[in-house]
Amino acid sequence: MTAALLLETQKLRKEFGGLVAVDDVDFTVPEGAIVSLIGPNGAGKTTFFNMLTGVYKPTMGRVIFAGEDLTGKPPHAFTQRGIGRTFQNIRLFQNMTALENVLVGMHTRLRGNAIQAILHTPANKRSEQEARDRARGLLEYSGLRRKDEEIGRNLSYGDQRRLEVARALATEPKLLLLDEPTAGMNPQETGDFTAFVDRLRSERKLTVLLIEHDMRVVMGVSDRVTVLDYGEKIAEGEPKEIQKNERVVEAYLGKAALAQ
Amino acid sequence: MRRRLGAAISAGWWRCLSVFGLSQKRWRSLPRTTRRAVKGLVWTGIGLLLVALLGVWQWSALVIAAIVLILVVPSWNRLVISGHRIGQWIPTIAILVLAITYPFYASSTTGVSTGLPQLPVFGTFPLMSTMVNMGIFTMMALGLNFVVGYAGLLDLGYVAFYAMGSYMAGWLASSQFSQVNVRFGGIGVIKGLTGIHISIWIVLLLAGMVTALVGILIGLPTLRLRGDYLAIVTLGFGEILPQIARNGDSLGGFNLTNGTGGISPIDPPGFGNWAHQHLGLPSNFGALGTTFDRTYFWTILVLVLLTIFCSARLRDSRLGRAWIAIREDEIAAAAMGVPLMRTKTWAYATGAFFGGVAGAYYASYNGSSNPDEFYFQISVFILVMVILGGMGSIPGVIFGACFLTYLNSEGLNNIGAWLNGHFGPGGSDVEIWHKPLDVPQYNFGIYGVILVVVMLFRPEGLIPSSRRAAEFHEGVREEYLYDVEHGAPISDATEAM
Repeated sequence: MTAALLLETQKLRKEFGGLVAVDDVDFTVPEGAIVSLIGPNGAGKTTFFNMLTGVYKPTMGRVIFAGEDLTGKPPHAFTQRGIGRTFQNIRLFQNMTALENVLVGMHTRLRGNAIQAILHTPANKRSEQEARDRARGLLEYSGLRRKDEEIGRNLSYGDQRRLEVARALATEPKLLLLDEPTAGMNPQETGDFTAFVDRLRSERKLTVLLIEHDMRVVMGVSDRVTVLDYGEKIAEGEPKEIQKNERVVEAYLGKAALAQ
Repeated sequence: MRRRLGAAISAGWWRCLSVFGLSQKRWRSLPRTTRRAVKGLVWTGIGLLLVALLGVWQWSALVIAAIVLILVVPSWNRLVISGHRIGQWIPTIAILVLAITYPFYASSTTGVSTGLPQLPVFGTFPLMSTMVNMGIFTMMALGLNFVVGYAGLLDLGYVAFYAMGSYMAGWLASSQFSQVNVRFGGIGVIKGLTGIHISIWIVLLLAGMVTALVGILIGLPTLRLRGDYLAIVTLGFGEILPQIARNGDSLGGFNLTNGTGGISPIDPPGFGNWAHQHLGLPSNFGALGTTFDRTYFWTILVLVLLTIFCSARLRDSRLGRAWIAIREDEIAAAAMGVPLMRTKTWAYATGAFFGGVAGAYYASYNGSSNPDEFYFQISVFILVMVILGGMGSIPGVIFGACFLTYLNSEGLNNIGAWLNGHFGPGGSDVEIWHKPLDVPQYNFGIYGVILVVVMLFRPEGLIPSSRRAAEFHEGVREEYLYDVEHGAPISDATEAM
């Protein structure tokens, strides 16, 4: 791996009271890679994600994105610098239309203050029109053609997932964090989604960090896999190595399985 | 039954028209716009005819009936002329025309001119002074709507901004600070008055801006809190500011607010002598005599329209989307790059701005700013207006504000008089109670009941925004706990078919 590091964490740690959810994790994401984060339930994957996006402030350690230390910054600063994310349990703006959802995602990329909005200055009008066109384009790209005016809550489950990705893409991320994107999808949809993630990298030059439970997705699409267990990083490497790694098998299946 | 009747009427209608040479075919070949316009006119005509047949021949009733009809006739609504959906503006225009012309058939001093009929139960039409109050409260409710309706922040201390605006007018347009002598802008005040006298139009703007600043100052520490905590802290600020006003007659020996006495008199608005002579605008509203109230009313109408304009424009802007996103899901909004603190503070400041302008205007209308007016109930009252009408919905909030202000100013009084006249001591119908009932005394109890009823039967408000309506109605959609139970009867049903 000679590519530049896009994201790096140094001894990242999160404690909730006495519980150590993430335990001094050193972690890197090279630019242009698709990296997966796996681990049993409660391993601290989502907590780790939340620290990478500023939702949680780490107890200790640092988050460095594109060479800049973002530790302790508010979430919007992370988005501004180019980290987009989706949520494990879909968090759309349920009562906004699909188009509006995407437009909210563009918030940091748009300009215009209250006065300009009230006066509808030509610059503001143009920027809004462009934003709308771009949002429609993104919806179409994410497979939501002609669903711009649908209210978020009325979309089907798969479409809601797609809309979340479209919304995250609207933030114009360099790094896209997907938290269990294929949860609840059938094999067909999962396959489509894996292809979509691959396309994101090739067409949009995105770096992707994935939390995933479906091993077919993880093994099929990732360049690198990192395994967390009880908040600790227990393994890191290429998918093939990980599959053979004893500690990983142990974490997933228990010692007994290993003994057989 | 209804369908058969409809078909019969329809058939009869076409037969009638074909007698006059307009067959169904020819009608259909007309452009859609024409058809819709004609339909709208026909329905309005039929409505007016009905009014006439019912014996209400007073012209004013006719005008009102016509406007009500225009509101209900859906044909108007879909009228499209060269790509513009003109029809959807018709109700708005109708209401606006009604509002602008209202002073001409409601006189200001003696209540209501004879042209307007007495309504059942509600009695006379609102007085001009009530109309001015309705405007002021509409403006405040629209201001609070930014905070509560758009950004979803519960603010129980809105009265603080109202007080702030009111005192701004007190400071900048009265003889309160007689140590200094400042005059600025066109004002119609008698020469030789001491104190600061700045043209009210400038004061309105300044009051708005300073109040917005106060909003930001209050917002910075409080808006980090969520939900209930925020409500309690805003409640605190809503008490603190009026308390300062009440006790601010000797702040280190300096008389800032004149304490419980309040600041009075405050200059009325006016355009000054130059504008009076050259443009024919009133130099000073206070000197207008009988047309005093109506000038105030038109002015507040303009201010309300500006507020509506800003509300609508901001709602559809980048900022407005961010507000709504925060209301929907704060964490997701933050993750999408919406700066929470800044965006919330903007909502707070915008709300405060309009509260401040309304407060300053109110002080100028009343001629005084008195700490007794700024109590907690006002905060709740404005909040109830927003909730009753429909949070986040501009027409809803306007309706809520107008309705409740009307009830508060004279509606309850009129209703009470009607009740006492019919059922009270010596009542014309049945004498149910034997001591006159003082209905306005129970005002907050009555608003409480109204609110509870609305929350039970129409939790999204009387005129909800489409977004809120969806939230409440689809939010309570029955969801099956297990897919199996959901699936089985459906597949059975399809097989049976």
